[in-house]
Amino acid sequence: MEYNDMELMISLASRYLEDDSIVVVGTGAPCAAAMLAQKLYSPRLMIMFEAGGIGPMLPSMPISVGDSRTFYRALAASSMPEIMETCQRGLVDYTFLGGAQIDQYGNINSTMIGKEYKTPKVRFPGSGGANDLGSLCWKTMMITPQDPRRFTEKIDFVTTPGYLTGPGAREEAGLPPGSGPYKVITNLCVIGFDEETKRMKVESMHPGIKKETILENTGFELLWADDLSESEPPKQEELEVLRNEVDPYRYIIGRA
Amino acid sequence: MDNFNDLMKERSVTYKPAGTGKIYTDPDADKARAYFRDVKPRKMTEKLTTVDKVVKDLIKDGDYLGVGGFGANRIPTAVLHEIVRQKKKNLGLAGHTATHDFQILTAGKCIDRCDVAYIIGLEARGLSKVARRAVESGSIDITEWTNAALTWRYKAAAMGVSFLPVRCMLGTDTEKFSAAMEVECPFTGAKYLAVPALYPDVGIIHVHRSDVYGNCQVDGIMVADQDLARAAKKLIITTEKLVPNEVIRRDPTRTVIPYYLVDAVIEVPFGCYPGNMAYEYFSDEEHLREWMRVENDPDELAAFLDRHIYGVKDFNEYLDSVGGMARLQELRNLETLIEK
Repeated sequence: MEYNDMELMISLASRYLEDDSIVVVGTGAPCAAAMLAQKLYSPRLMIMFEAGGIGPMLPSMPISVGDSRTFYRALAASSMPEIMETCQRGLVDYTFLGGAQIDQYGNINSTMIGKEYKTPKVRFPGSGGANDLGSLCWKTMMITPQDPRRFTEKIDFVTTPGYLTGPGAREEAGLPPGSGPYKVITNLCVIGFDEETKRMKVESMHPGIKKETILENTGFELLWADDLSESEPPKQEELEVLRNEVDPYRYIIGRA
Repeated sequence: MDNFNDLMKERSVTYKPAGTGKIYTDPDADKARAYFRDVKPRKMTEKLTTVDKVVKDLIKDGDYLGVGGFGANRIPTAVLHEIVRQKKKNLGLAGHTATHDFQILTAGKCIDRCDVAYIIGLEARGLSKVARRAVESGSIDITEWTNAALTWRYKAAAMGVSFLPVRCMLGTDTEKFSAAMEVECPFTGAKYLAVPALYPDVGIIHVHRSDVYGNCQVDGIMVADQDLARAAKKLIITTEKLVPNEVIRRDPTRTVIPYYLVDAVIEVPFGCYPGNMAYEYFSDEEHLREWMRVENDPDELAAFLDRHIYGVKDFNEYLDSVGGMARLQELRNLETLIEK
């Protein structure tokens, strides 16, 4: 079956979300990945939204992290402190983040482009809940297109902590030990983080993607897994559920 | 016994400013206590007023505002429009998931300082050009925070303490441009970030139902409004429906804001339009798109603001200007998932 980049990334991401775990998601691709996981792999995956929605039976893609769909027939319609404190207590397993820039340690910029904070070339919304989720959830994932401007050696602003400057840096900063970036899923490959150096390490390349293409689209030195493999493309079942049940109006998968 | 009693001894600790940002509101809990003692009325009296009057009487130029809801959801649009219409100036804002509210206030050039967690964007819808320019040009002074940090700053104020220790922001540039302090836990020695209590001069919250005294109930998520309501020195409530006190008393479990926090109550049906009011009406995505579109052209924007804010006398006229009851009924159907 034919598929596009977005369908590929969402399918890959959905396979990482274990059953009986908790994930905090935003709108868009992460929400689609969590819904797909629930329908195919992890029926008891608990989906939460940072504004307070807990375990909704999502009737459609939410537009906002706090719109009424995020707590439609939910287990609880709670609050932002409830969700953020649940993260801080150590109960949230996964979260998904995005951003304008990311570096080799998984630090993310969603605040500004430019040299001077006070006079940015481009100002973005800022952290929102990203820094909180990336600081406090156990495993942080990203679904993002890969290009050299986005995957860059030095990001202009560290909005959300990845592994900061390397091994031990999160703990040194006071962040909860054992938390941090887990997987980065791009249109080219799946990237994990090296145990020792905490740097990005390519784990699998998508079908038809060459190593050179990945190198050309990355602004820093990548590590490569010894058992580098080919990513398993979306299965027919994944595509059918994604297209017919998760995102029938193609709000997300139509963006590719 | 484990060694968790080891630190129970006299020792000196170092407080380190974590960032270069400014605190815009006084975190002093005793000053707040004195204010609540001297100014906040305890008497359960009728607090009904109008949007026009409440903005005139309770919001002064230079005040710092906390706005309820999340993004465009359950925001008090009527009061925000009136602030723009009355041309309030030099306001401060807690930019806690501020999307359409920030867009409205920057269109009116009402803000000059902002605690930023999320501004400029309208989530998946894109970015507001006007809001973006206002921040990029430096016309708004900003201090960086996160959604949780601002939520917990409200919570500290709501608890009546001047700070709370938190574990977000550490190690990042978000921290560097905040006004937090790095501190050590007295009991474990662990590193924390202390965030100062945030007591807004005025809180503005839209709810599903309130009685004339300000006992309020909200259906669905509270976002940060439980704490905002308690942190705000003055609190303005707009409500979808005004209900008899008996309705509140019949189901007191649901009361999330008791009357003694509230200074003014105004009934504003469809009061968070064009935002989403859970169980009532969905967001008007067309109108929000139109708002973002006209921001590309200053003349078009001026005409748009004139048509919908400056040139109308109140919120009901605004609702008429966007399609009136026919449009609102469509949005009610959308919310309740009725396919038409």
